[in-house]
Formats: sequence, C-alpha cells, structure tokens
Amino acid sequence: MLEMSVIGLGLVLMLADLFVPAERRRFIGYAAIAALGVLLVTSLSGNGSCGQFGTAFGGMFVNDALSLFFKQLFIVAAILVLFMAAEFSDKLAEGSVAEYYSLILFALAGMLFAASSNDFTMLFVSIELITITFYVLVSFQRSKLQSLEAGVKYLILGALSSSFMVFGIALIWGTTGELNFTKLAAVAPQFAGSQIFLLGVLLVLVGLGFKIAAFPFQIWAPDVYQGAPTPTTAFLAIGSKAAGFVLLLRVLFTAVPSVTAHWANLLIVISGITILYGNLCAIPQRNLKRLFGYSSIAHAGYLLLGVAALSASGQSALLYYLAGYVFTVMAGFFVITLVMRHLVTEDISGLAGLNQRSPLLAATLTIAMVSLAGIPPLAGFFGKFLLLKSVIAAAQTTHNHGYYCLAFTALAGVIISLYYYFGVIRAIYWSKDPADLSPIELSSPAKLSLWACLAGIFWIGLFPNTVLNITNLAAAALGN
Amino acid sequence: MSILTYIAGWPLLAALALVLVPRNYRVIIRALAVLATLISAVLAVKMFTQFVPGTNGFQFEQQIPWVESLGISYHVGVDGLNVGLILMGAIVAFAAALCSWEIQTREKEFYILLLVMTGGILGAFASLDLFFFYFLHELALVPTFIMIGVWGRGEKKNYATFQITLYLSIGALIALIGLIALYLQSGANTFDIPKIIEHAKTNPLAVNAQNFIFPLLLFGFGILVSLWPFHSWAPLGYGVAPSPTAMLHAGVLKKFGLYGLIRIALPLLPQAAQSWAHVIAWLCVGNILYVGWVAMRQKDLNLLIGNSSVAHMGFIFLGIASLNLIGITGAVLIMVAHGFLAALTFALSGYIYKQTGTLEISALGGLCRRLPFIGTALLMAAMAGCGLPGFANFVGEATVFFGSWKMFPSITVIALWGALVIGGIYMTRAIRNILHGPLPEKWNSLSDASNAWRKLPYALLLVSLLVFGFWPKLLTEKINPDAQKIVSLATGSPAVSPVAVRVTPTDAREPRALPETVSIGNPQSAIPN
Repeated sequence: MLEMSVIGLGLVLMLADLFVPAERRRFIGYAAIAALGVLLVTSLSGNGSCGQFGTAFGGMFVNDALSLFFKQLFIVAAILVLFMAAEFSDKLAEGSVAEYYSLILFALAGMLFAASSNDFTMLFVSIELITITFYVLVSFQRSKLQSLEAGVKYLILGALSSSFMVFGIALIWGTTGELNFTKLAAVAPQFAGSQIFLLGVLLVLVGLGFKIAAFPFQIWAPDVYQGAPTPTTAFLAIGSKAAGFVLLLRVLFTAVPSVTAHWANLLIVISGITILYGNLCAIPQRNLKRLFGYSSIAHAGYLLLGVAALSASGQSALLYYLAGYVFTVMAGFFVITLVMRHLVTEDISGLAGLNQRSPLLAATLTIAMVSLAGIPPLAGFFGKFLLLKSVIAAAQTTHNHGYYCLAFTALAGVIISLYYYFGVIRAIYWSKDPADLSPIELSSPAKLSLWACLAGIFWIGLFPNTVLNITNLAAAALGN
Repeated sequence: MSILTYIAGWPLLAALALVLVPRNYRVIIRALAVLATLISAVLAVKMFTQFVPGTNGFQFEQQIPWVESLGISYHVGVDGLNVGLILMGAIVAFAAALCSWEIQTREKEFYILLLVMTGGILGAFASLDLFFFYFLHELALVPTFIMIGVWGRGEKKNYATFQITLYLSIGALIALIGLIALYLQSGANTFDIPKIIEHAKTNPLAVNAQNFIFPLLLFGFGILVSLWPFHSWAPLGYGVAPSPTAMLHAGVLKKFGLYGLIRIALPLLPQAAQSWAHVIAWLCVGNILYVGWVAMRQKDLNLLIGNSSVAHMGFIFLGIASLNLIGITGAVLIMVAHGFLAALTFALSGYIYKQTGTLEISALGGLCRRLPFIGTALLMAAMAGCGLPGFANFVGEATVFFGSWKMFPSITVIALWGALVIGGIYMTRAIRNILHGPLPEKWNSLSDASNAWRKLPYALLLVSLLVFGFWPKLLTEKINPDAQKIVSLATGSPAVSPVAVRVTPTDAREPRALPETVSIGNPQSAIPN
C-alpha cells in the first residue's frame, strides 16, 4: 500500500541517519526522492493498490479517482519539497537533516490518508498526523526565534481548530450515530432540521477552514508562512491546503450533500471575503514569504469558488486549479529558498538585480507570479477561467444572484493581485542599485526541479486536455 | 496549416527564438523581429488578395481540437469582417517593428514583447473560437502594460501604467464574464463562434439573459476601446507609451473590442443589441463631441493624438449602433483606416519626440523646414484625421454617417459637426503650430528621416491609407456580404441564407442598402458636405 511504503520510507530515513556519514546526508534526501518517484510512477501506471478502486477497513478507507488524483498531487509536491529541503539543508541545525526529510514523509503519509479517508475517524487521524508533523516542521529552525514563534502560533491555533473539529465530530456522531461518510449521506436528510447536527457539521468545517486558511480562520497563515523554514512553508501552502480541500470536498459532497445544498450562500460569502481579504492585505507586504501567506489566503478563496458552485464542473475546476497551483507555488518557493538562504530578511528588496545574478531564477519567479496572477498562457489562467465558468454556470442554473456577485468579487481580487504580483516582478528587473550582484550558483538537482516546475506551469496552461480529463473523472467520483 | 496560423505564428516563433539570442547581438535581434513581422505582412497581403468576396462561410479555415470536454478548439478563419483587420494589423506590426529603432535600452526584451503582442493580436482577430479569441487578446494585452511601464517616457509614466493596467484588466475581465455567460447561456456546449451562431438561429437566447450579457460585453469591450466615459486611460497611456507600443495598441489591439461586438454580440444578442443601440449612440456622442473638445485644449501632441483617436472610436460605435448594412460596413472600414492612421500619427510623433525630446506644441514650430518628409507625412495624417476625401478614413466616416442617418438623424448631425468642425480645428491648429511659423533656434540641428529604410514605415502606412481611400471597393466588396449576414441576424429579419443575399442584394428592410455602399466606391460622388 502506498501509505505504508511512505511511512516505511520515513522510518528507513530516520534509521539511515545513524549510518550515513554527516557529509553525505544530502544524498539521503535524493534517495527519498528516488523512492517517491518510483511510487509516483507505479501510481500513475495504475499498478499496485492505487489502481484498484474500492473501499477498505469497513468503508473507512476509499480508493477512487479523486483519492488517486490527490495522492499523485501530494507525491509530486513532496518530491519538490524534498529537493528544496536538500538545498535548504545547510540552514537547518547540524545533523538534523534526515529527521527533517522523514518528517516531510510522515506529513505526506498523513496527506495520503486524508485523500482516502471516508470516515470522520479517519479524517481526524489524518488531519492530526499532518498537523502534528507540521508543528515540528514549522519550528524546525530551533535557533531562530521567528521559527519558534511561528511554531507556537501554529500549535495554539491548530490545537484550537482540532478541538473544534473533534467537538463537531462528536455532535455529528451523537445525533446520527454514523461516522462513515457514505452511511451518513443516507441518514443526513432526516437530521436536516436538527440544530445540533448542523452545528456539528459547521464545527467540522471550521476545522477544515483552518487548514485551508479560509476567512475567518486565516489569521495564522501570514505569521506561520513567514517564520517557518521555506520548504515547510511550501509544503504548508500546497500539501496542507490540498489535504484540507480533499477533506472539505468529501465532507460536503459525500457525507452531507443534503446539508451542503442549503449552504450555498454561506460558501459564497466565505469565498468572496477570503478572496478580498487575502488580496487586500497582500498589497502592503514587504516580506516575500508573508506576501505568499496572504496570496495563499486569496487562492484559498479562489479554490472555494469551485466548492461554492456546488457542481461537478466546479469541483473539477478546483482540482485543476490545485494542479496548476502546485507547480506555481513550488516554483516560487524554490526561488525564495535559493535566493534568500544567505540573507537575514526575506524582504522583496532582496530580489533586486536577480535577473543579472541568475536569469533562470528571475524567469522562474516571474512566470510563477504571472501564473498566480492568472495571465495566459500559464496554468493560473485556465484554472481561474474554469472556476469562473463554474460559478457563472451556477448563477444561471440556480438564479442565485449571489453567484454573479461572487464572480465580480473574484475579478476584483484578480485585479488587485496584479498590483502586488507585478510589484515582485518589478523588484526583480527594475529596482535601483541592487546591493549584491554576485551570481547565484545552482546545483543541478535545483535546476532540474526548477525546469520541472516551469514545464508543469506551461503544460497545464497550454495543454489542459489531459489534466482536465483526470479532474473530471475525479470530480465524478464524488458522485453528485 | 492555414495561412492565418503562419501570419500569427511567425511573430510568436520569432519571440521564442529571440529568447535564445544573447542580448548584445543587437543587429540580429532587430533583424529577426523585422523579418518575422515582414513575413507576416507579406503573408497577410497574399491572403487579402486571395480572399474571394461573398463566399459562404469562412476562408483559410483551420480547426484543431484543444479541450474536447469543453468544446474549445483552435479555430481560425477569415471572412469579410476580419480580412481587412488582419491585413491592417500585420502591416502596422511591420511598421512598428521598423520604428522600434528608437528603443535603445533592453532591446531584447522589448522585441520579444512586441512580437508576442503582434502574434497575440493577429491570432485574436483570426480566431473563431471564443476562448482563443479572448486568450490571444490577453496574451497581447499584458506586454502592452510592461512596455509602457518600462520603456514609457515622461514623469507620469508610473501613474499612466497603473491606470492603463487597471482599466484594461477590468475591461477584459468584464468581457470575460460576459463571454463565459454567453457560452453557458447559448447551450451549444462549444466555444466555436460559428457553431454558437448556428445553434442560436434555432434556439435564440432568452431576452432577459441577452439584456444581462449585452451590457457586460458592451462595457467590457467598451473599456478596451475607450468608449466614453471609460476613455480616460487612453490619451495618457498613449502619451507615455513608446511609439511602437502606441502604434500597435491604438492601431490594432484597440479594435479587438469593436470586432468582438460586431462578431459576437450583434449576431448572438440581437434583441439586446436593438434595445441598447440608442445607448451606444448617445455614448458615442460623448466620444465625438466631448473628447473632441478635450482634444482641442491639448498642449501636448501625443495627448492630442490620443484624444483624437478616442474621438474616432465614436464613429465606429455609431456605425455599430445603426445596426444596418451601411453602418456596419462603415464601422469595419473605419476600423481598418483608423488602424493605419493611428499607427502613422504615433510613429510620427515618436520620431519628433526622439529628435526634439518634447511634444509640447508651443515649444515646436516650423519643423517642416528641417523635417520635410516627416512634416509632410504628419500633414497628410492630420488631413486624413479630419476626414479629407482620398484617405481611407473619409470613406469609412461617410459610410457610417449614411448608415446612421436613418436611425439617429440628430446624433448624426452632431457627429458630423464633431468630425468636420472640431476635428478640423484641432488638427489644423496643431499643424500650424508644429510645422509652420518660425523655427526656434534650438531645432536647427534636427535631421529628417535619412534613408529609405527609415522612411519605409511612414510611407507604407500612408500608401495603405491612400490605397483604401481611392479604392475602398477592395474592402467594401469583401465586407458587404458578411456584414449583411451580421445585420440580418442582429435585426432579426428572416434568416436569409447567405447565397440568397448575394443573388438578391436588396434586403427587404434595407431597400437601398447595397447600391449606396457601392456608390461610395467613388469618393468624388459621395462627399457629404
């Protein structure tokens, strides 16, 4: 099983730490990447357990097109994060690199479980596995105050949201007596009038809203993004957020579709405010990682457009957007890792003269920013196009004018975001008197992963057919 | 492969190739850009001459499925509406590439952006698929912002960049919502424009949906075309833009919104178009009169040209609003003519700015003595701008007035006044102050466009204006049959098959439609005043 292999790999890495000499620790990371690559290929080729769709453990664990899509997405993200961590390893405490690698793998295992969970117990366990590993990952730079502060913030707010979620699960179980999503879906309509049941669902959504950093549970994101080691931030921005979304999709559309159908307006409002909050707050930011923190809130809002549309095309658009988002955000954080590792602050001004120091890094960050802003022909454009399309389709089928307002809010968000994304590009190419013009040396694995990210951004933007077919299948698995 | 793919594809390929050329090989970079646009222009001329007017459907068509599940395909083709625009766009792009010698810094990036812009806009005009139509326009739009922001001139550069980016992004995104809503509402489940139109013939869109979508398209596209009162980005933006960018944007890219209205909004949203026609007509009075007045007060040559170009958009909107064959034909004619004209005037003002470092009208004077070629060209451009017969603009404007007279007589009178009197005043005044009168001492060192190579872009644009001014039939015979199709769809007159239109050119509702248009083939016989 995929999950077992990942956990096993994590354990092997920890053990390997004991036997591998310190100067060769970097290769532990490459070995892990190679192993994950093998897992990715097996999952893509449809061999092994991933290819067989069905349920296990009494319906707690489900393998379908949706889980397969997310598992591949998580593994790709983890591979890129491991590459990044290998570049970042000299900033981590002496001798703890292998530990860092294995923690990433444990978080990955949690995400893989999340992709397959079909039961509230499974949901909670996988969420906790992810969150607890991230507490350590966020505060991994023990000597750095900011990192510790971020870790504590994440711990407190994460624990709070977990307790909300447990409470919600308890209320759901208490009223319906079911924890399994599929079984719950059958009985949920009877409880549609029960305030306690609805409160339970709402509290679960609070917990998931924290994971995806949706308004009003977004407060932690900028601080934690800023303080955490960059590879951790990247994994938070992608893995943790995507895990939140897969669970959100499962809960809303598999477990309680009858409740969700009445909550369109709630989702519209949350999505709209999240978009505006993230984009507006990103404008004055000078710290690059903090900027990414706010931009990730805004993107959570865009992704919620697909949820709010309450349709298969919306879910498919969400998945498509996530696929593009992986490569875009990874590209962005990779550049930050490489450029900022010798700087004290991560201020945007640190990018000055980057196009002379390393044209590849400059081009990569520019393309990532342009894709995040949603400009053709890159991945972000087609994703936003699909999301908008699903929202407008929802407006036309339901005659709910809130959807039109949401579409215009999203537009406003896109326009606001042009300002700060182009601000970053301007800092790269046109800032006056850059302080440091020494060329940046890139290792060949770093180059490889940058090119991979770029290829992903262009591929998803220019040839949407393949990915779109996969996401359509995955959305169909939710069974609307 | 269709010739259209090559026309739009060569500049994009050249842009990719330029990425690989080291930045200090300036001559190669420039040669490559000029060559790519030249190939495009030559191919466009070839396409224009091979085009057979009045055939049913599209010519030089090519269709490659792109996303089957959504019905998106790469589909290009030309009919009478866009054949002239593509020719104009390719020629202007070539002229813009030739004029780019004034760019001295970061040339590599500039040429890459210029080529992307060229390829994007030519592709957008050729595109018969809603998605690519928008996608390629956006591909052309973004380089505009970057070019203005980086190579722009003057103190107001940052403000102007910010303003134009904001305005045009809002316009483009509103139009995007309109296009998506149109796609969903049509129920045809395809982005293919001809198929949607075909589908809408049997299943017309509900009137209230039309009334919702039409304003989105009108104002979305309207912002892109500087429809009054959303025009304020244009004069300032063009004022600071480097001249090749201003040439391409004012000349070609701006026509995208108008083309979109004619190609998409009129045939698919006929009822809404009819009920909104008078709104468009009154807004275009804002363009013609108000912006014309504003232009009269300008002290800077580029702001004057920018405002006058906004005013000219009013005539095109008036032609569209008249919703009849003559009006639409005239609108397309002006789109082509104004493309050449705007490119020419911005190229000339760019030359003067490069030489003198200022465009303050009061600081200039007597330039005709030092710059005989440029001065003459500017004089001719100004005359074309006030609608002198012999230039293509006259033909278009006269046709639009004929078309709009039936629908909006009072507005036509105002527009005529705006065109002939106001336009005449500011153009002749600018000419007098810039080209004639005493020559200030400091301009004694100015030099004219020295060799044939430097003169080529201006000459090329002037010749194009004159060719279409004296032989408008080249365009009208191509535009007419396809404008007829659009009009019959937009006015809801019984769906006449295109073949029938050709056999009996007189539509029941427009008895004098064709003969009149043919008569303006000879400019002398149709002078309106």
